Amino acid sequence: MNAKKGVMRDVFLERLYGLMSTDEEIFILSADFGSPRLDAIKRDFADRFINVGIAEQNLINVATGLAIEGFKVYAYAIAPFLTMRAYEQIRVNLALQGQLRKMNVNLVGVGAGLGYDVSGPTHHCLEDLGIMRMLPNIAVLSPSDWELAGQLADYTATNDGVKYLRFEGKPVNRIYDGPVKMAECFTELKRGDDICLVSTGFMTHRAIEAASILEKDNIRPGLIDLFMLSPFDTDRFIDAVKGYRTIVTIEEGFIGRGGLDTLVSAALSRTAIRTMSMGFEGGYVFDIGDRDYLHRLKGLDASSIAAKVSQALQGA
Amino acid sequence: MVHGFKGGEGFGFLKSKAVWVRIETLKVHAHAQETRIASSLSCVEIFTALYYGGLLKFRPQDPAWTGRDRLIVSKGHGAVSLYPILADLGFFDMEELGRVCKKGSFLGGIPDPVVPGFETVNGSLGHGLGVGAGMALALKRKGMANRVYVLVGDGELNEGSVWEAMMFAAHHRLDNLTLIIDANRACMLDFSSNVLDIEPLAAKLSAFGWEAASIDGHDVKEVFESLSAASLSESQRPSAVIARTIKGKGAARLESDPLSHIRNLSPNEVSEIIAGMEA
Repeated sequence: MNAKKGVMRDVFLERLYGLMSTDEEIFILSADFGSPRLDAIKRDFADRFINVGIAEQNLINVATGLAIEGFKVYAYAIAPFLTMRAYEQIRVNLALQGQLRKMNVNLVGVGAGLGYDVSGPTHHCLEDLGIMRMLPNIAVLSPSDWELAGQLADYTATNDGVKYLRFEGKPVNRIYDGPVKMAECFTELKRGDDICLVSTGFMTHRAIEAASILEKDNIRPGLIDLFMLSPFDTDRFIDAVKGYRTIVTIEEGFIGRGGLDTLVSAALSRTAIRTMSMGFEGGYVFDIGDRDYLHRLKGLDASSIAAKVSQALQGA
Repeated sequence: MVHGFKGGEGFGFLKSKAVWVRIETLKVHAHAQETRIASSLSCVEIFTALYYGGLLKFRPQDPAWTGRDRLIVSKGHGAVSLYPILADLGFFDMEELGRVCKKGSFLGGIPDPVVPGFETVNGSLGHGLGVGAGMALALKRKGMANRVYVLVGDGELNEGSVWEAMMFAAHHRLDNLTLIIDANRACMLDFSSNVLDIEPLAAKLSAFGWEAASIDGHDVKEVFESLSAASLSESQRPSAVIARTIKGKGAARLESDPLSHIRNLSPNEVSEIIAGMEA
């Protein structure tokens, strides 16, 4: 794996910039949220970029109007505000209407999970996977690295429909080297014995770290990076995990509330595979500290994950 | 006037059309009691002027024609009075009016884009103006001269998202956008002025950067002329027409009732009202 770090939104917007020079239907709206790459788009495609202001409801409504008239629209904002401030606009104008009309609208939310660690619980985004997955007619994409995020530029521009892109805000390592087929929903990063860690977004990096700790104790967990939560290819997933006895889901979101864990346990309900879930429980995180500290506090750092997996294997 | 409709004696035509639309709307309500009749009666002259006055460009046989003008009925509950018009103009068969809210019909109590001639999903308030602003922006970027009309109720102006859209439309000089406010003075539970008084409305709109005209929304000539003037304005501002109307117009029992939104008219009452209108 190539360890070069990159920022998802920068790579994504850079590729979108490239597409905008040939595809005149691409239109970007931001709710007063930026990136140096967005500055370049604003400069060179001034007629197809608008900062709508701090107004997420209007962001979604204006995006809808542009999309009805045939533009491929990207609505860019901080993830919790994009999904939760404007949830009913998303439901009515995109989920409901998306069933009746052809639209290409891409909701690009930055700062998934605890990306905005010290900004506190208003900026943490721990509910979005569950609530966005609940809506029919909206694809939910949660890339783990900047390469996958970059590939989503081309994927979203060439595939109609409404999509939610959940981006990590901080720089992350590269995981993927080549082209990924989004419709496959997940990638088996490593085949293992007995147990498999299924993670999404930033937590795939934690899962990779946890696996290397476990390997030192001769425990070889499988690793699956799940990047499309809706629609989900359940059959392909069951086929990929059928040799394992236990699946551990790891997400930077609330567990037991409709997110990755719910998706996986529902998918596996017709198998004998045991599931375990790791994520946030017990409410919002008011503790102050950086993400590593908060993860340690909540048992989501690599050592804690490895220890819990180890225990689970002993108990099995 | 740039429109096909010439005014003058022609207003008699629009007036008689408005009477017909009101009667047909009442007939629908008589057998579809789930429909919101009071909200639908206040905007009869607005729909009549738009569709029969030549203000809107449309093709009944090709509802998605790109050359059409766009009308978003954001106050979805009040859209039942548009059903007879769309049927009369050939968007769908007149016989469908007898099936409103019935099993298998595409005409529900609140219309969605499954109804030929309806642009957007309606029923939840406060969305139409922002969506309309996005459409108006798109038309401008594409160099298309079509106009976007959005119909809201005055109660709907309680929704904050409407004001986000007001600021956006003015800032981006969307002069191809006309907001029609069916100011029928009532929300669901009371007269608007007792719930959240939004007056002075024209001054508010003007302060938000809009051209605003206040008119009698039941005078079809005034409605036509104000909408026509809005479409010809060269101010580079979006236009708002505040149509002062009466919720339940034509049904005396509803006109004075603060709860008219949730009141029905019985089939007998409908017959009496229609007999009075035809007398």
